[in-house]
Amino acid sequence: MKSKKLAIPYIIWLFAFTIVPLVLIATNAFQGSHGGFTLDNIAKAWSSEYLHALLYSLEIAFVSTLICLLLAYPASYIISQMKARTQAIITMLITIPMWMNILLRLLGWYILLQNGGPIHTVLSLLGIDAPILGTDAAVVLGMVYEFLPFMIMPLHTVMSKIDRSHIEAAQDLGANKFNILRKVIFPLSVPGIVSGITMVFVPSASTFIVTKYLGGMHLMIGDYIEAAFLCADRNFGAALALTLMVIIIIFMVITNRFGDEEAVGV
Amino acid sequence: MEQKAIVSLKNINVKFDGEVILNNIDLDIMDKEFITLLGPSGCGKTTTLRIIGGFLEPDSGDVFYDGKRINGTPPNKRNVNTVFQKYALFPHLNVFENVAFGLKLKKLPKAEIKEKVKKMLSIVDLKGYEKRAVSKLSGGQQQRVAIARALVCDPDVLLLDEPLGALDLKLRKDMQIELKAIQKMTKKTFVYVTHDQEEALTMSDRVCVMNNGKIEQIGTPIDIYNEPANAFVADFIGEANILNGFMLQDFKVNILGAEFKCVDKGFGDGQAVDVVIRPEDIEVTTPEKGILTGEVTGVVFKGVHYEMEVKTRGCVWLIHSTVASEVGSQIGMYVAPDNIHIMNKLFPTAYNEITASVIHADEEENSVTISVEGNDVEIPNTYYEKGTVLKIKLPPEGLKIAGNGIGQLNDAYIESVIWKGEYNEIILESDERKWIMRSAQDEQVATYVPICFDFSNAVILPVDREGEDEV
Repeated sequence: MKSKKLAIPYIIWLFAFTIVPLVLIATNAFQGSHGGFTLDNIAKAWSSEYLHALLYSLEIAFVSTLICLLLAYPASYIISQMKARTQAIITMLITIPMWMNILLRLLGWYILLQNGGPIHTVLSLLGIDAPILGTDAAVVLGMVYEFLPFMIMPLHTVMSKIDRSHIEAAQDLGANKFNILRKVIFPLSVPGIVSGITMVFVPSASTFIVTKYLGGMHLMIGDYIEAAFLCADRNFGAALALTLMVIIIIFMVITNRFGDEEAVGV
Repeated sequence: MEQKAIVSLKNINVKFDGEVILNNIDLDIMDKEFITLLGPSGCGKTTTLRIIGGFLEPDSGDVFYDGKRINGTPPNKRNVNTVFQKYALFPHLNVFENVAFGLKLKKLPKAEIKEKVKKMLSIVDLKGYEKRAVSKLSGGQQQRVAIARALVCDPDVLLLDEPLGALDLKLRKDMQIELKAIQKMTKKTFVYVTHDQEEALTMSDRVCVMNNGKIEQIGTPIDIYNEPANAFVADFIGEANILNGFMLQDFKVNILGAEFKCVDKGFGDGQAVDVVIRPEDIEVTTPEKGILTGEVTGVVFKGVHYEMEVKTRGCVWLIHSTVASEVGSQIGMYVAPDNIHIMNKLFPTAYNEITASVIHADEEENSVTISVEGNDVEIPNTYYEKGTVLKIKLPPEGLKIAGNGIGQLNDAYIESVIWKGEYNEIILESDERKWIMRSAQDEQVATYVPICFDFSNAVILPVDREGEDEV
């Protein structure tokens, strides 16, 4: 009974800052600017302009997540094979950039990538004279930089928990390094992959701050949501947000289903 | 059983963090035998197994497999399979997939894999369990999947690392018999690691008793039980009365002041020895006929026999007899000469001998300080000038385990604890040497303890150092 009482502040918190806002978003999305039920906002959100932004967001998020996964997986594996002390130091180093404000970090990238900035200069000396800032590549770079730690952390946690004896058993049964990775480490690390994907894909699909600094050609759905609220069209903003949320929920259900199937009994 | 050695270990040495784990191990494992590495935890038996399996490379020494040196060959290239201590079954695979793991890696045709797995599962009595999740199986079933998974790869040698450790007693006994039967049926070499002496005696063709990184004795279970090489082996295998004695002459030994005939010779007259008498080898007679007499202090009925405790000359003897004597009665004890086993003492001297120079002398306090392995040790009630070399004979009673946890010498490793009827004789190993001590308490082998010195009964003599005028 005591533990239930202790949960009360959290329940209040959850109610006030999660349930109520969700309900508000949902009700706002179905309201006209003068009140009353309407589907106009939702219909507008699904119109080609915004649908385009939505697909673009999902595409950027997908590419960023994939790159994060490809970078983080080997890194996490290598880290998990190190001594416990070294592991602690490296995981701390990985999180250090997150101690700095996200705006500062993106501003940093802005300076690095801008025309005449160090990266652009080096590339043009190599004969690749193309602007970087404002391209999709710059947006993806920013996303990967922002969200890579969120991929490494869950992967590292899962991998460092894999029992050494499982790896030894596989080796004992004739598995070489590649087979150990494919037949033991990969299937046992699926839960980490799933949570890593979730933790990277969801924020990168909905963020607007990265495109604001590093993007330019296209706006992401997050930018439109921000713009809608700034223009005091909160009903339409809510409709966009709701649409994005539904898509993300569908995505998460699929990912988790995949994870459950792969990781039976883990 | 005349056979060739399938695995040979030669002069194997292993150190972890400066600590000796294996000390010059030589071991020949014969083809198709069931050999058990037996010893207390920390004795190096699992390390030995891991060296054979290829999971660990020795610091020095050679590993031979079928006559070929295989140092540096990784586990996946050795025709040896392991049953791991906690089975290490793959949690993401079902029973069939676990057992088929090694066969799939060998790229055998599917039908053949299926057939082999099916056959192996029936050998380990798990027919029809193919589709089950391993996490849903009982300990004994998981155990058998682990054995099947290793055996299906058709290794010449199967390594088993305390495979029954996690099972309850009843299941253990069943599995012991089953394992032995599987070994006979499959005609494989089994190398089995355990700390359970009964398990070792039940299953093995040969037992290799290990302690503190060394092999104490290798032999058949009967040899090891009847002719233990030293007090450690006698104590570890079965129950035994291990007593201090000394040889009067060939074929005559003095135990607790009484003269016993024995069949051993070749020890020096007057040499201190360890004497081992199994409880079932003591014959209970009338006090007049016994070589020693004693008072029965306890009787416990054990089913087949009575276990009696008999106090004689301050020492408690354990006797197994089919006839019970009453508690409090006087009995005589007789032991046939060939049931008395004489062996060299584990510790070469009866004293701890310390040679050290005085590093600090205090005339007022009447004390000197010497250095023992880098620790300052004060000897009260003794005075010699600084620089004098002292030879100290410290009796076993002069060493104590520090009750408060702060010793003058910390982290002494307990190498053996042997009950001598009145007290435990404990052999400790510190960084540079070994120590002998006595304790009424039961200490745990292979643990580290802090020790203190008590010089009140020590014999301390200065040694003249030749060619040194200055003191």
